[in-house]
Amino acid sequence: MKAPTHSGILENASPATGIGESVLRVEDAALLTGTARFLDDIPVVAPLHACFVRSPHAHARILSIDLTAARAMPGVAAVYGSADLYGQLTEWRMPLGFALAALPANTTPFVLAAKEVAFAGEAVVMVVAQSRHQAEDAAAMVAIEYELLEAISDCREGLAEAAPLVRTELDSNVLQRYTLGYGDCDAAFASAHRVLSERFWTHRGAAHPMEGRGVLALPEPGTETLTVWSSTQMAHELHYTIALMLGQPEDQLRVITPDVGGGFGAKFMIYPEEIAIPAAARMLGRPVKWLEDRRENFLSSIQERDQYWSVEFAVDADGHVLAIRGDMVHDHGAYTPQGTNVPYNSASSMSGPYSIPAYQLDVSVVYTNKVPVATVRGAGYPQAAFVMERMMDRIALELGMDRAECRRRNFIPPEKIPYTKPLKSRAGVPLTIDSGDFPALQARALAEIDYDGFASRRAEAATRGLCRGVAVANSVKPTGRGPFESARVRVLPSGQITIYTGALAMGQGIKTTLAQICAAHFGVSAEAVQVQAGDTSFLNYGMGGFASRQAIMAGSAVEQAAAMLRTKIIDSAAVLLNVGRETLTLANGEVRGPDNAAISLARLAMLWKGVPGYALPQVGDPGLDVTVHFHCDAQAYSGASHACEVEVDSLTGEIRILRYVAVQDSGRIINPMLAHGQVHGGVVHGIGNALFEWMGYDAGGQPITTTFAEYLLPTAPEVPHIDVVFQPSPTPLNPLGVKGIGECATVPVAAAVIGAVEHALADIGVRVAEFPLTPVRLLELIDRASGAPTGAAPSIEEK
Amino acid sequence: MNNGDASQARPIRLHVNGQSYEGTAEPRVNLADFLRGELGLTGTHVGCEHGVCGACTVLVDGCSARSCLMLAVQAEGSELRTVEGLADADGTLHPIQQAFHELHGLQCGYCTPGILMSVAEMLEHNSDPSEAEIRDVLSGHLCRCTGYQNIVSATLRAAVMLREGRIK
Repeated sequence: MKAPTHSGILENASPATGIGESVLRVEDAALLTGTARFLDDIPVVAPLHACFVRSPHAHARILSIDLTAARAMPGVAAVYGSADLYGQLTEWRMPLGFALAALPANTTPFVLAAKEVAFAGEAVVMVVAQSRHQAEDAAAMVAIEYELLEAISDCREGLAEAAPLVRTELDSNVLQRYTLGYGDCDAAFASAHRVLSERFWTHRGAAHPMEGRGVLALPEPGTETLTVWSSTQMAHELHYTIALMLGQPEDQLRVITPDVGGGFGAKFMIYPEEIAIPAAARMLGRPVKWLEDRRENFLSSIQERDQYWSVEFAVDADGHVLAIRGDMVHDHGAYTPQGTNVPYNSASSMSGPYSIPAYQLDVSVVYTNKVPVATVRGAGYPQAAFVMERMMDRIALELGMDRAECRRRNFIPPEKIPYTKPLKSRAGVPLTIDSGDFPALQARALAEIDYDGFASRRAEAATRGLCRGVAVANSVKPTGRGPFESARVRVLPSGQITIYTGALAMGQGIKTTLAQICAAHFGVSAEAVQVQAGDTSFLNYGMGGFASRQAIMAGSAVEQAAAMLRTKIIDSAAVLLNVGRETLTLANGEVRGPDNAAISLARLAMLWKGVPGYALPQVGDPGLDVTVHFHCDAQAYSGASHACEVEVDSLTGEIRILRYVAVQDSGRIINPMLAHGQVHGGVVHGIGNALFEWMGYDAGGQPITTTFAEYLLPTAPEVPHIDVVFQPSPTPLNPLGVKGIGECATVPVAAAVIGAVEHALADIGVRVAEFPLTPVRLLELIDRASGAPTGAAPSIEEK
Repeated sequence: MNNGDASQARPIRLHVNGQSYEGTAEPRVNLADFLRGELGLTGTHVGCEHGVCGACTVLVDGCSARSCLMLAVQAEGSELRTVEGLADADGTLHPIQQAFHELHGLQCGYCTPGILMSVAEMLEHNSDPSEAEIRDVLSGHLCRCTGYQNIVSATLRAAVMLREGRIK
């Protein structure tokens, strides 16, 4: 198939190579023509198909498992309970992701549950058959006898002394309890002009990449190699974990990441299925494939964001926040697959872009009989930003101040940046905002949305019977989590320039971004550079795609590797052509010097691969092949200021977002087109959290929203046009000056949207301290604020 | 799909992208699985298997249909169009594909094939759709990556390209 043509009709995209140009994506051709290879498109001959029998109960003891009937079903190759994996696994439980966290041993999920199930959706039995249909037929014949146990659905109930335990192996439902803080809160509260307090509920949602998880394992008897494809955000971690759990020699194992249909955090995890499927393939000596269907995705892919906050703010008469104190209860789900970074991120990021002299937050991380919690786009930061920004609105309201002015007075002043917060990261490193200008971001957002001219728009809406509101919300998020990312830049003997990286492509356009960075060093277009991401056979180490890190970490690694390789190319060409290196240019596959002297990259690569009996072109290792691990432990802080304008129909509860402005500081932008796309997606994820996405569980822990008809993702008519402005403060932390984007556009959104709704209804006096805000819930709040009689039950946050 | 007990399997003959195909499927096999598994046309993706996400949208006798909600046996004798049939045989992209490429109307690309087919159907009936009409059609699709904005822009551009007869 032909590569897409760049027809030159573009206003905002071009085929140029330079950093800062909207280079068209190298990923697109296959994706647009149906020739991409997602997990289920890998052409492996005659794979067996697996499915999992999952617990229908939120909490139960397993009394017996009878697999006899299932094993007798047509087409069945094998049926495995936990005991049937004996001898195949080195441990029954998954290893703890982020293993440096000090957590008890009995906290991670089981590969297959054996004695007890702790959430509806936990895998108990794996069925492998000739077809998925036959596997599911047989799964229906698996007989598991359960004794129901009491379940915890609401994490606050789990805190009670007499609460039933989420798992009977636990001593307490509280996994962690700690206080994070600094400064003298008591003194600040004692001297405060006003103390304002409020309770908040932020809600669990799910990541919902459009492609679910999936694993394909292929044993190759000749080499005793196991090749595993997985739709994952962390190929190298999966390689490590499979080797560890299956006792598979590392050098007889290859993990390949195919095209990934979105991640958003859900694939930033090593799941039990990613161990069970390779184990089955190795036992059966046949390729085995498992694809998560959407119902399973609701029941077993990680979720995030249920937290209950109770905070007090001490403020002076001018609206300065003197101190914050309070507590936060975090719903952790049934197990700990991957540490407790989400609540820590929330608790440590509460102050956001503001200077808060004293802070104290008591954090309780509480198990519930629900799907385990780990990072979804934003990773704890949206919750804290919601609480902080809603409180900024509250302070302004109570003191009769403008809401933007209240924020302005509390910003960390640009002249104090780099600014070290008196808090440390989970790894004990000080939290230092390396760069940024928060007042300028907000000023831009206000100007873009015409904040000053709002009154006339409000009046106009009122003539149509609608309530109009506007709000601004700010955030800052550390991006580019270390410790490193890998890039190997290579000129193959054919002359082909190829990048291998431990970074993971899952839709962001990272291949284009990396190709673009590399291409600039070689004088070629980005599409001339091949990129292989997430294949462990080309690089020994890699971290993967998460924490808005890849342009920073992998981008910098490519930048350095390409520069080093270019130097080697130019230096050796200078020797071979017998000219000064400063006279040479590298472009379009050849090095050119004065007087038509030239040598092709392919010829150089051939000479550098070595010819028996002849010296290499220069002293050095063979090959045009440079691997760089870019190291950076400090994080680059990406700021955002979002402004949102809504109209609310107070009779129906309908909320329409009319305008949305996202001003982002993501440092230097490599590809504006891709950067805009990341912001669009991030904002709409936040709109989903704010208004639509409700992952319902009943009081017994039964999930009650397990289809897209029940769990609403935003669709095109509900979302507004999003105006994106990049206002960069480049970071000194990496050679490109880039900062993260992907999550940073999600963090302030719920606060901006709900702030605007509350502003629209200010005359009625509605206060909104929760998300998602559905029309039904908004009507309840309107009725209550306006004193209307209401038969509504108290909401979850009011119980 | 049917390499086990295929006693109820039925032969199915249909046309996909102008080419005739024959395969067999058990009555319970849906059209998406038949296209992907039996015919090897893996461009059509399955995102929810319950008819909401729209990733599996194909055109059946010219009308968009969720191939996850339709049984393969129901497609007997039909003319199907899938994403594989949009570009020219020489690989030249269809204007809709070209517009999605130029305006970054896709990120992970998983939902894209279904969206392209819905857009193709719309533009065949309405050569000059408004943004609201486009968003209405897109409401049958879920995309988690793009926020839809560039999909809307790309569709508007594709309409212009098709109206102006801009060649693929």
